[in-house]
Amino acid sequence: MNIALLIVTVVACALLLGGGALLVYRLKFGRMPRFSRKTLCIPYAVFLVFFVIVPMLVILVYAFTDREMGFSFGNFVKFFSDPTKLSTIAYSIVIALITTVVCLVIAFPVAYILARSKMKKKSVILMLFVLPMWINFVLRINAIRELFNWMGLLGETNYFNTVFGMVYDFLPFMILPIYTTIMKIDESLYEASRDLGANGITTFTRVTLPLSVPGIMSGVTMVFLPSMTNYVVSDMLGNSMVTIIGKFIYEYFGSDWHMGSMVALVLLIVVFVSTLLTGGFKSEENVRGANL
Amino acid sequence: MADNIIELKNVTKYFDDNLVIDNVSFSVHKGEFITFLGPSGCGKTTTLRMIAGFDLPTSGQILLNGEDISKLPPNARPVNTVFQRYALFPHLNVFENIAYGLKCKRVVNVYRNAEGKEYTKKERLSKKEIAEKVSKALEVVDLEGFEKRSISTLSGGQQQRVAIARAIVNEPEILLLDEPLGALDLKMRKEMQIELKEMHRRLGITFIYVTHDQEEALTMSDTIVVMADGVVQQIGTPTKIYNEPANTFVADFIGESNIITGTVVGDKVVRFCGKNFVCLDQFEKGEQVDVVVRPEDIVMCAPEQGTLVGKVISVVFKGIHYEITAQLGKYELVINSTESRKVGDIIGMNVAPDGIHLMKPKYTSNVFDGVITKHNTVEFADGEFECDVTQLYPGSHLDDEEYLITAAGEKIDLTGVEVKVEVGLYDITISDDAEAGGTTGRIISIIYKGDHYRLIVRTEEEEEDFVFATEDLWNENDLVSVIIPKDKIKLSLKHTEEKKRLGGTEA
Repeated sequence: MNIALLIVTVVACALLLGGGALLVYRLKFGRMPRFSRKTLCIPYAVFLVFFVIVPMLVILVYAFTDREMGFSFGNFVKFFSDPTKLSTIAYSIVIALITTVVCLVIAFPVAYILARSKMKKKSVILMLFVLPMWINFVLRINAIRELFNWMGLLGETNYFNTVFGMVYDFLPFMILPIYTTIMKIDESLYEASRDLGANGITTFTRVTLPLSVPGIMSGVTMVFLPSMTNYVVSDMLGNSMVTIIGKFIYEYFGSDWHMGSMVALVLLIVVFVSTLLTGGFKSEENVRGANL
Repeated sequence: MADNIIELKNVTKYFDDNLVIDNVSFSVHKGEFITFLGPSGCGKTTTLRMIAGFDLPTSGQILLNGEDISKLPPNARPVNTVFQRYALFPHLNVFENIAYGLKCKRVVNVYRNAEGKEYTKKERLSKKEIAEKVSKALEVVDLEGFEKRSISTLSGGQQQRVAIARAIVNEPEILLLDEPLGALDLKMRKEMQIELKEMHRRLGITFIYVTHDQEEALTMSDTIVVMADGVVQQIGTPTKIYNEPANTFVADFIGESNIITGTVVGDKVVRFCGKNFVCLDQFEKGEQVDVVVRPEDIVMCAPEQGTLVGKVISVVFKGIHYEITAQLGKYELVINSTESRKVGDIIGMNVAPDGIHLMKPKYTSNVFDGVITKHNTVEFADGEFECDVTQLYPGSHLDDEEYLITAAGEKIDLTGVEVKVEVGLYDITISDDAEAGGTTGRIISIIYKGDHYRLIVRTEEEEEDFVFATEDLWNENDLVSVIIPKDKIKLSLKHTEEKKRLGGTEA
């Protein structure tokens, strides 16, 4: 049974039916019906059900069934009893962590200096950091691959290459939220801090840093999670010698949907927990706003 | 003087090329409540920021207890600021906000070691000391029990109090307040005014307060510094500033006033609105003066008993009084009275000698530095005006090629010669057609003078001011062009060497 086809058919039918009903109403009463806000939400609710909730449930079902569709924990047992798979997950997390930390170390000073400087051309410099985002991602990674190949690094320093590629790719996602958060800090707060007797360093550690935490958290989320799944980078720069979680999912879905769903579920839980951790430090609205 | 806590000496401040503070000097006594008052952009906040250390003066000195602090960073000055929009730290609660300054503080404690020798140690305040000071500060601002509250849950008035507590907890020698009540509603503002005044009395420290609200300044201050255009206009007690304004700007800005041009006709006798009045100010006979009469100093009476007689043209009820406008010929006078009149009533008016205040007019004519250009025009104040250059050399005339021929028959090329340009107060007209006049500028000030308006138009590039009288009503900040008739531009040569080189003006 092809579930995807089924979903698409159902949605298409729903749209057709809805459109038909509108047409009939229009012909009969000579005007379009008035909808309350609740009624207008229905299409989105339908979309969410079919493209978010149902697929999740499908993954859940596949993860806990065997090839005969009988309920089983077999997938989990098979995966977690294989030490090579576990070490791959550990590597994946370590790569993501290193990428995130390197991004943060580079991005924070850049964002801080740019946000606090009175330079007139600072938007140009910021744009230069962000500009690579507008060039096709695969093209960029290919270019780096060629560069590493020319330098003789390809196939030699696979983990370094992978981390380098990821940092290069995700850096703007760390700079932008931190820059925006620091920009938003009221100038008078720095003045107030100095006025109350704090020197520059104290002002930085007790005003600037705490107030830029929402931006840091948002940047960390936007870098850490993709760098666990973006296997294009690890494949091309790691010369297919570096495997990360995303690669597993891709490979399993080629042969065994049950195993693939299981790994996807595991990743989902990791993501959920880390979001809870980063977003859960404070319950203030602006923190959550910056995270989502 | 020994009791001056702050002294500004010839302080000047430029932002880029903009002069915002122009050679300001004054001093503040220890323990007084002093207010910088002026319209927005007059430099009052910049002056305060220079005392706090956020801006450094371009030149001049700021002395604190006789020591030069002009170059010290804000954290090294024993002053604390209450910011206009509070500037409370959003990530800290009330207690942490107030304790911020205390945690930065190091105190020198004296200890005795085992051998009985004394030694000193720089130490942070203990947790207990900090907690005690914070709760005492909260008590002063009436916010006991608010320690754990988050800043975002506080109302504007409460945030204001936390901001004050955060400043005074450090026991500064001077408390700087930058329009602290601007964001509060009227009722709250009145309450806070009284509380601040009370706090000043209890704490006994110097308050430097910035506001554009003249009523607030009059209510709270011991001394008011009126500022405009980066220049101190007048320093004095509220009563003195209200009753004896130093110039028309102060008279117009503080309270309401009738400002009329008058002439001194005798010993303490001034003539305005066509009648003679006895006054208390001594000026030279024949001198033209600005006469200031406060609306409440004009007393209405029966027409036959009044020195002045006029017709009521408008009556507005203002709560505790009526604001009555009377017309006398071409003059208009505003009267504040608890009695009402009807529009169209003929009334008599008297002014007691102490209700008349005379001032030397600030502007008697407009003087500019100009340069003669090719076509016998003169360039000044961002523009070019046609003028009569023959006035520079008596008896001279222009020949066919427009060269100046002196009385002696000498031919002179005046191009590039620097001259002093003088234009009278009544010789300038303005137009909203930008092409009509020789230069354009924006109206920066309008003061009603009984029968006419006195306008100041400032050109945009060189910021030259044209002062003149007009009977038409214009709006402030309008862009207008300045028209001066050819024969009203008075020129004189600027350099004596120039005069000599060109043969002199005397024949």
